[in-house]
Amino acid sequence: MSEIGKFEASLRARRESGGKILVPYITGGLGDDWIETLHAVADAGADGIEIGIPFSDPVMDGPTIQEANDKALASGATPQSILSAIRESDIEVPLAVMTYYNIAFRAGDKRFATDLAEAGISGCILPDLPLEETGSWTEAADEAGVETILLAAPTAPDERLPLICERSRGFVYGIGLLGITGVRDSLAASAMDIAGRLKKVTDKPVLIGVGVGTPAQAVEVSTVSDGVVVGSAIVNRMLSGAGPDGVGELVSEFRAALDAG
Amino acid sequence: MSTLMGDPGADGRFGEFGGRFIPETLVPACQELEKAFRSAWGDPEFRNELSSLLADYAGRPSPVTECHRLGEELGYRVLLKREDLNHTGSHKINNVLGQALLAKRMGKTRLIAETGAGQHGVATATAAALMGMECRVYMGEVDIERQELNVFRMKLLGSEVVPAMSGSRTLKDAVNEAMREWVATVEDSYYCLGSAMGPHPYPWMVRTFHEVIGIEAREQCQRLLDGGVPDVITACVGGGSNAIGIFSGFVDTDAELVGVEPAGGAAVGRKVPGVVHGSKSYLMQDEVGQVLEAESISAGLDYPGVGPEHAHLADIGRARYESVTDDEVVEAFQLLSRTEGIIPALECAHALAWMSRARDELAGKTVLMNLSGRGDKDVRQMMDVLGK
Repeated sequence: MSEIGKFEASLRARRESGGKILVPYITGGLGDDWIETLHAVADAGADGIEIGIPFSDPVMDGPTIQEANDKALASGATPQSILSAIRESDIEVPLAVMTYYNIAFRAGDKRFATDLAEAGISGCILPDLPLEETGSWTEAADEAGVETILLAAPTAPDERLPLICERSRGFVYGIGLLGITGVRDSLAASAMDIAGRLKKVTDKPVLIGVGVGTPAQAVEVSTVSDGVVVGSAIVNRMLSGAGPDGVGELVSEFRAALDAG
Repeated sequence: MSTLMGDPGADGRFGEFGGRFIPETLVPACQELEKAFRSAWGDPEFRNELSSLLADYAGRPSPVTECHRLGEELGYRVLLKREDLNHTGSHKINNVLGQALLAKRMGKTRLIAETGAGQHGVATATAAALMGMECRVYMGEVDIERQELNVFRMKLLGSEVVPAMSGSRTLKDAVNEAMREWVATVEDSYYCLGSAMGPHPYPWMVRTFHEVIGIEAREQCQRLLDGGVPDVITACVGGGSNAIGIFSGFVDTDAELVGVEPAGGAAVGRKVPGVVHGSKSYLMQDEVGQVLEAESISAGLDYPGVGPEHAHLADIGRARYESVTDDEVVEAFQLLSRTEGIIPALECAHALAWMSRARDELAGKTVLMNLSGRGDKDVRQMMDVLGK
């Protein structure tokens, strides 16, 4: 797949217009109104949206997303129920799912990639599928036209980053800190560092996520990166019962801060 | 993989199983660990230091005991490899001393571990005390309740015990928490994984550190059996480290290899492949891939997955896997205590339970069972179960 996919195209359009990219994350199947939340997030100026498909053992996720996962699973959310709700949602903003590899593996790589494409999903993030293990999945995803977004960590030696950027589609997801997902009081120095190291080796959009929890932190890291992924802060808002409007407001705050620079 | 139970190569594969399915943050750490392990294992100085520790500190070699009274009751010859007699009371110390030495060699100052029954946690806390390292052990909240003696031992040894409060609050969740901590502290901390599972190189490295069980047992059996080998080698299987250790000594013989899983945690028994905790193996899961909670009377086997090399041995038919119920385990726990004066760990009582059930099939044979731990830790729980 050498041509640029829908997800990457949207992010590039934002970058080329001189703006910073905002990709919010919401947990699929969390609450009865999560599809309305998805619409609210899209309307608030997201360039792309990540939708978490809950997994029983999310080792890359902190307490907020774990809690959201557990609640969604307890209410009966399944990969199929989430994908069919998305299929019917008619969202224009490009979507990516984030889940763990066993969900794809159990369905079968080809079947899962096809299911995503049929639901109108452009991208996929599998945080426990590092570069060396991507083979059978990316083959299926490429064929189905699903962009596999790879993560790059602060621990990666210099020679590893170009390999990750080369294989990543949609954007390159720089992990902002050593740790799991969650809001922190301040931006880790490693966020600026990994953003700079990635920008040096790729022309693909570089977004920083994990530990980016406030509009100010998003602005700070976006001085180096092309933009941010914001997860736990938004899921916190969902968990607090703020409803689609409340979540949309928070995304608008991130959008406004990034636009103001 | 070319030879059975050999080096799984750079991609860490045992047939189609194994691999390295972990967050990107940990990939460089696993690559570094693989390199360090290869270098250490090829270094006679490291091997000598480990051998000395195993002999002078852990008390190896462990004996093989022939069980005449149990043998009479079961109708066949029974040999026990006595890993229960090691320092800290189980086979876990073999792996932990190896990994702690390796951690020191790599310049790490702090150990992280997960534990189920607490045997691996106690062994890790012991090695940390011995080598002057910091240690934090994650343990499911449910297991903390049923294994309070081991919790106290770990604290006494200077380790911090952190309850895993998510999910089923057992071993699976302790592994999740340990991995999350490792993602955050990978630069100074060493993850001392307790079973032959996890991302490459752990399944291979842990098996290698436990091969001493099989090597000793092979030689001891040759002496006892006039140069022969037992007909059957059996051991309990949760993640499968004690079983893989003893199997390794006999995989190139005609001996039948039998792993015994708890009925409520029979990952191999269900034969559904999956990916969790770093490797592809057999995994208890629902139809969409959510991992199921195991249920077993024994905290050490209360795990929905299994080490990838066991999945491979089952897949190619070199080993077979049986499962037993909690009730059979409780019977077997008492049987060995009564007939031989040896109180087994509940984990090992699983293998004994199968041996008892399969007595007709085993009639006239010689069976070597890996008694991987002693039952002192379980006595309190069994007082409740048996109502005495």
